Amino acid sequence: MAVKSTFDFDQMLSSAREAYAEELMRMADEGLDFAFTYSDNVAPSSSAGKLVAKYPERCFNFGIAEPDQVGASCGMALAGEVVYAQVMGPFLSLRSADQIHTDIAYNDVNVRLIGTHAGVTAEGGPTHNCIADLALYRAIPNLTVVVPADAAQCCKAIRQSLTYQGPMVIRIDRAGMPAVYADTDYEFTFGKAIQVLEGTDVTIISAGSPVYWSMMAAKKLQEQHGISVGLIDMHTIKPLDTEAILKAAGETGNIVTVEEHSINGGLGSAVAECLLEAGFSGRFKRIGLPDEFAVLGSTDAVYHYYGLDPEGIANTVFDLLTK
Amino acid sequence: MKTVAPIDTSEVRKLEETCYRIRKGLLTLIYNIGMGHLGGELSMVETAVALYYRYLNFDVLDPHKPDRDRFILSKGHCSETLYTIFSDQGAYTMQYMIDNFECLENSKFGMHTNRKYCPQVEVSAGSLGHGLPIAVGMALAGRKQKAPWRVFVMTGDGELGEGTNWEALMSGGHYQLGNLTLIVDKNKLQMTGPTAQVMNNDPLDKKLEAFGWDVRVIEDGNDMLQVCKVLDTVPQADPITRQKPIAIIANTEKGHGVDFMAGNVKWHGGGLGTEDYEHAIAYVEEQWERRKASWQ
Repeated sequence: MAVKSTFDFDQMLSSAREAYAEELMRMADEGLDFAFTYSDNVAPSSSAGKLVAKYPERCFNFGIAEPDQVGASCGMALAGEVVYAQVMGPFLSLRSADQIHTDIAYNDVNVRLIGTHAGVTAEGGPTHNCIADLALYRAIPNLTVVVPADAAQCCKAIRQSLTYQGPMVIRIDRAGMPAVYADTDYEFTFGKAIQVLEGTDVTIISAGSPVYWSMMAAKKLQEQHGISVGLIDMHTIKPLDTEAILKAAGETGNIVTVEEHSINGGLGSAVAECLLEAGFSGRFKRIGLPDEFAVLGSTDAVYHYYGLDPEGIANTVFDLLTK
Repeated sequence: MKTVAPIDTSEVRKLEETCYRIRKGLLTLIYNIGMGHLGGELSMVETAVALYYRYLNFDVLDPHKPDRDRFILSKGHCSETLYTIFSDQGAYTMQYMIDNFECLENSKFGMHTNRKYCPQVEVSAGSLGHGLPIAVGMALAGRKQKAPWRVFVMTGDGELGEGTNWEALMSGGHYQLGNLTLIVDKNKLQMTGPTAQVMNNDPLDKKLEAFGWDVRVIEDGNDMLQVCKVLDTVPQADPITRQKPIAIIANTEKGHGVDFMAGNVKWHGGGLGTEDYEHAIAYVEEQWERRKASWQ
């Protein structure tokens, strides 16, 4: 049964980066205990900035030194804290890869690494693109990898993560994310995908903001071509809900993945591995950023250029089914 | 950290006898398991023994007590010195360590420390440059929790080439973590040669001071009296008060205590053959007899 989505609504942007810190503030106000670390990436006026101002004794700035921040977050967790660490996604995954692997995952500590600026949402070119992180995270044992579809889902992930055992990465965009879910009172469980739309011709499997774009693409395909598209919100990349993937493959026979990540090593690769090992022989396509450093431009322009917008996704799905 | 009376001759002698046992045990362990990093493991014996037998509030038989002092061995490849101490303090027999060393799914001990296999180990380590940032985080958590325990972290001197140490020296100094003590086991040799030649980090005391640390130097970190005289000066700082973290530079000798290993870069890592083992044990015993005779 598909959950109630914003399928019929206009796009509503809400920043997960703001929303998650508002959730942390609510949790702190409720008396829940945790620590918060950051690295010169929290503006005083932001929600996280307000958390820092109100609860200074639990918030620690590490300046421009992400490996130190991630390592120290491990130390805090080893001393019994649940730690939320906000890190710029590209510098979390690439500069702090060793600390994620060894300090956080190998030591198996309760740190929630909040990697912001997913995909090309930082703008400013490839130094600030976050396109290889999922490929890295997927190969690290112990690590749970969550890519919320919208701000409200991110809040659910944040709250549930307080009592979750083990290390986790939560990957969000820099700025506004369209709201996928009209009704936020749905069940959210790490590792259990959500069927956003039911469909019979093809299933799109996505995570993060592309879930919304895929929903809009499904609407176009239905309206323009009468194609019935199913949509799965694979908010947990690891552990992967393979049952949901194989169920969709059985029902629609055609699978497309959409992600704001390199097409190499991310969600599309994970789904492909699952399908191939299960003997899937239907049509399959990965939509994501190609194996090149992205062209320069605004987030919307770059995603449009690479076909990572509703129009591009609809065209790719249509081509897959008709050629 | 325990409150200790000023060091005296009788306690120094007891600690020296412990170092003698640890050196013999360490050699025996490495001879049997066929791998280790004897150079750095021997250089840190005196500082590690002083910590575990005199200064740390830590019980190897109840290693997860909430109020324990934390010791992080950032030079995680020197794990066998710790294992030998844990054994000497009653947690394991030598045979148990040999039988359970890197034996696939039954492993309890590894060449690099793993906190889940061996609960006396605070941090799974081995990749250099990780211990000090983790120690800074632990000390900050101690401050947040208003906890009475303290954090000690030991790095090598060659290890200081890793940039994360300097990030953490910055944050430790910035946050004025008076509940944190860094010990640099400055044995002056790294894997391929003298640290001063591979990548010089001197003048280390000046650099640490410039990063906001209260620096103390042990002229001979393999002399127990000198080690204790400096460690005695580490204040019983409460975790709340902002004061400089302490950095102790322990000038040691790589391979200390075994004649053919001392100061020899060849003994950074590897196993130990029977002939070398028997020679080393005989030398350590002979030196201990001479030491005792000097007290008469």
